Amino acid sequence: MKSEEEAKQIIQQVNGYEHITGAEALLRCLIAEGVDTIFGYPGGAIMPVYDKLLDFNDKLRHILTRHEQGAAHAAQAYAMVSGKPGICFATSGPGATNLITGIANAYLDSVPMVFITAQVVSGLIGTDAFQETDILGVSMPVTKWNCQVKKAQDISNTIAKAFYIATNGRPGPVLIDITKDAQIEKCSFKYKKCSYMRSYNPHIPLNKRALDSAAIMINHAEKPLILAGHGVLISGAEKELRKFVEKTGIPVAVTLLGLSSFPSGHRLYTGFLGMHGNYGPNLLTNEADLIIAIGMRFDDRVTGNITKYAKQARIIHIEIDEAEINKNVIVDLEIHNDAKEALEYLIPLVEQKSYESWVREFRICDKTEYEKVIKTETKPDKGDIRMGEVVRMVSEMTNGDAVIVTDVGQNQMTAARYFKFTEPKSFVTSGGMGTMGFGLPASVGAKIGRPDKQVVVFIGDGGFQMTIQELGTILHYKIPVKIVILNNGYLGMVRQWQEMFFKKRYASTELVNPDFVTIAKGFSIPGKKVSDRKELNSSLEKMLAAKGPYLLDIKIEKEGNVLPMIEPGASVSEITLNYKI
Amino acid sequence: MGKQEYTLSIFSENHIGILNQITIILTRRQINIESITASESAVKGVHLLTLVVKTTPDMVRKVSKQIEKLVDVLKVFVHTTDEIIYQEIALYKVTTNGLMSGNVIDHVVRTHHARIIEVSPEYIVLEKTGHKTEISELLNHLEPYGVLQFSRSGRVAITRQVRELNSYLKEMDEANRFNTDENEE
Ligand SMILES: Cc1ncc(C[n+]2csc(CCOP(=O)(O)OP(=O)(O)O)c2C)c(N)n1
Ligand SMILES: [Mg+2]
Repeated sequence: MKSEEEAKQIIQQVNGYEHITGAEALLRCLIAEGVDTIFGYPGGAIMPVYDKLLDFNDKLRHILTRHEQGAAHAAQAYAMVSGKPGICFATSGPGATNLITGIANAYLDSVPMVFITAQVVSGLIGTDAFQETDILGVSMPVTKWNCQVKKAQDISNTIAKAFYIATNGRPGPVLIDITKDAQIEKCSFKYKKCSYMRSYNPHIPLNKRALDSAAIMINHAEKPLILAGHGVLISGAEKELRKFVEKTGIPVAVTLLGLSSFPSGHRLYTGFLGMHGNYGPNLLTNEADLIIAIGMRFDDRVTGNITKYAKQARIIHIEIDEAEINKNVIVDLEIHNDAKEALEYLIPLVEQKSYESWVREFRICDKTEYEKVIKTETKPDKGDIRMGEVVRMVSEMTNGDAVIVTDVGQNQMTAARYFKFTEPKSFVTSGGMGTMGFGLPASVGAKIGRPDKQVVVFIGDGGFQMTIQELGTILHYKIPVKIVILNNGYLGMVRQWQEMFFKKRYASTELVNPDFVTIAKGFSIPGKKVSDRKELNSSLEKMLAAKGPYLLDIKIEKEGNVLPMIEPGASVSEITLNYKI
Repeated sequence: MGKQEYTLSIFSENHIGILNQITIILTRRQINIESITASESAVKGVHLLTLVVKTTPDMVRKVSKQIEKLVDVLKVFVHTTDEIIYQEIALYKVTTNGLMSGNVIDHVVRTHHARIIEVSPEYIVLEKTGHKTEISELLNHLEPYGVLQFSRSGRVAITRQVRELNSYLKEMDEANRFNTDENEE
């Protein structure tokens, strides 16, 4: 992070240019905002910007992905691990529409991103010109804000606003559409960061009265439970959360995107919530007398059947987005505030306590879950390799010190369940959207955002083929990501549902797969196929030790299921550990 | 929970696409817009959209928060019909022959509080301000005489609440300053 002083200096350096093109103005804006990496893909309408990029390649690194969707996912992962906004360029028409899945994904997962799309020259807008799409209209439902710029002189103001909106309050993606003529037009340039908008006020004064009440409720609770979400990571409240937990002695459960906000090995950590989460925190949600939800939004994957969710508990909801409060679950105390600020205020007000017998209930659940699920998943003594043992092995080999990226499906749920996170922002996954194809490009962005970290991506054989072209990006920029294909020969998660709820009628879920190692070889990425358990350990070690990128194609038990599970329509306390046909 | 009529007064910046953003939120929740009016407001540069919707109290609370969350929206007020003073305006174009027979025209102007806007040999244009039912009543009344055109506006509304937008704006401003001060050069 650059200091305020440095930031001011940068702004002064880039300021005061006369007669520069809109394209140059745009790039100077980005530099002023501290951007150094852009993910994108060129095309006709955005050529003036790409041309100017050549003159700025000492300050701005452009990563050419192999598809705009890849650029969007990579930029999102970059943002998630680095804490800086992700920046993404695309041309008009198909370039812009190819971003949509990536934008929607970032929107649902509240990731700060600035998308720059080019637009046909302003005189042609509305005429169905070549490669004209109404990208403002198309992206409106999935952006926090969007805007079109048709004059070079408007670029700096709009970009300043874009950064302010994307990064403040509940973050999200913003899209700026710049016409080709505005990129070429000359303007005089002065940049001033946006720090105020009349209509958008992300700084909510601390709701002290509500927080005082919260402290009283917390101090009187007998079976309290903390639910920590992505908001904890976004507001940088990991330390405060830990302090709060250790002082109050209250057990913590996390959401999928809240993973890594609290160390998985901590004595008060109880696991991850939701459909394939851990047994204890799901079951005991319906036993707690007080739920303290921090920076999470009671997604249906977390709550299961909402009419049977935590009816016995009083609920305190700390959340920066007011529209999320009382949206899915009616709460007893709303605290519309930033998680970090709220926790800082609460810590001195709460009593030092411990809840031995309550915490023991979680440990008993852990034991049950271990016996019924975890043991056979992580330490199977026969049969084919299981996803859980692979993830657990990587977790142990890296001591939890790695950035874990996943695709979507069984691979994702298994990674979330069995990796032991030690550091904040070390888990990158597609939560709200569940976008298959997210994993591979996201691993590229994660590695660029955290070059100091081992980056391992777990991908299914299905999802890998959705954005497989990004192997080209890995080759091009020699990105040393470690790719683990958990290859079960199926669209595994859908197959699991077919097995459980559709009488085992496997409609279009079995895959005929190519030889992934040979494909990787074509991209100069070394790799290995593993199907024998005896080779698993050494293969993973070799992969982790590799200097460059590496791919392991691991043959996994074909019809393995992710358990436990809250079946659709079931409540959190009806979570099943064993599944019978 | 039963459905009820609500008037949403949405104060916003004049950002292109704001209406679209608002309707997306209502469409997703399957809420029909009964009427809509866009205008300036008493605060300079602030736009006012007045929407009438029929929905449940729970849903109107959720969508109004989602609308207020939009970056360019300043403030949303939700009111039930008894909390506001409101009017709609309607224009009726009726055949002159029809209206001039007997003393229809006098009757209309007097009992329905309508106004004559324009008279020509072929048609007469009437104007009426009032609530939806009153406007419909006049339409029904005129129908036998040959209504050539009819057009009704959306609702314009003034709230009975004491606190005005300005004071909210000031409050929001102050909360925001906390950040601005540090960054001002
Ligand atoms: C883009 C997209 N299409 C479809 C789905 C539905 N879906 C969810 S999981 C899944 C199966 C994934 O299969 P695979 O990538 O092999 O992973 P596995 O579950 O076998 O680990 C599918 C098809 C999705 N989430 N995203
Ligand atoms: Mg699979």
